[in-house]
Amino acid sequence: MLHIVNKSPLERSTLDSCLAAAQPGAAVLLIEDGVYAATRGHAAESKLRAALAHLEIYVLVPDLEARGMGQSLVEGMKPVDYTGFVELVVQHKNCQSWL
Amino acid sequence: MSEGTVKKIMYVNRKAPYGTIYALESLEVVLIAAAFDQDVSLVFMDDGVYQLKKGHQTKGIEVKNFQPTYRALDDYDVNKLYVEKEALEARGLSQEDMCVPVEVLSAAAIGKLMEQQDVLLSF
Repeated sequence: MLHIVNKSPLERSTLDSCLAAAQPGAAVLLIEDGVYAATRGHAAESKLRAALAHLEIYVLVPDLEARGMGQSLVEGMKPVDYTGFVELVVQHKNCQSWL
Repeated sequence: MSEGTVKKIMYVNRKAPYGTIYALESLEVVLIAAAFDQDVSLVFMDDGVYQLKKGHQTKGIEVKNFQPTYRALDDYDVNKLYVEKEALEARGLSQEDMCVPVEVLSAAAIGKLMEQQDVLLSF
């Protein structure tokens, strides 16, 4: 399944909630302020790197670029554009948005 | 505004840009209030430090890039900008990542500045 996180991990705990619930093999898509989690040097970086062992993590590039973070994506995270976002939704059986 | 009364007004910015409307709204209020010649300072704490992260490119999300407006603040004599040191560190950022000249202070030092204000406006 696909999990979507759209809040900053230093302001809200939805990334933690998502990572605690996500099962091995699931996909996580970070959008809006959620993309900050996947930027180099962020307090959440190690947590996300560890999650890569059992999750696919995607990050919406237009949201990174809007925030001046286009060059800061942590290695191993998969960048996607809006078309990729739609494909992820189509490919997965269901989707949970951690609002 | 009654003549002679200059108040110390601090704008406290704690939200990331674009995900919510707070950052833009704060900036609008600062610009409007700048016409009143008060003793204005801006503080960027927590996710608010992201507002000043260099290089916003908002074409992809089709939202107005308001970052250039921060560079115009100096023209309105708004030049006391303080950024929280701990917030930068938790986000892998440094003073060099800021799009305008700022003073980096600890949260405690910012707290002391807050004590000196007549008015605090929180965004």
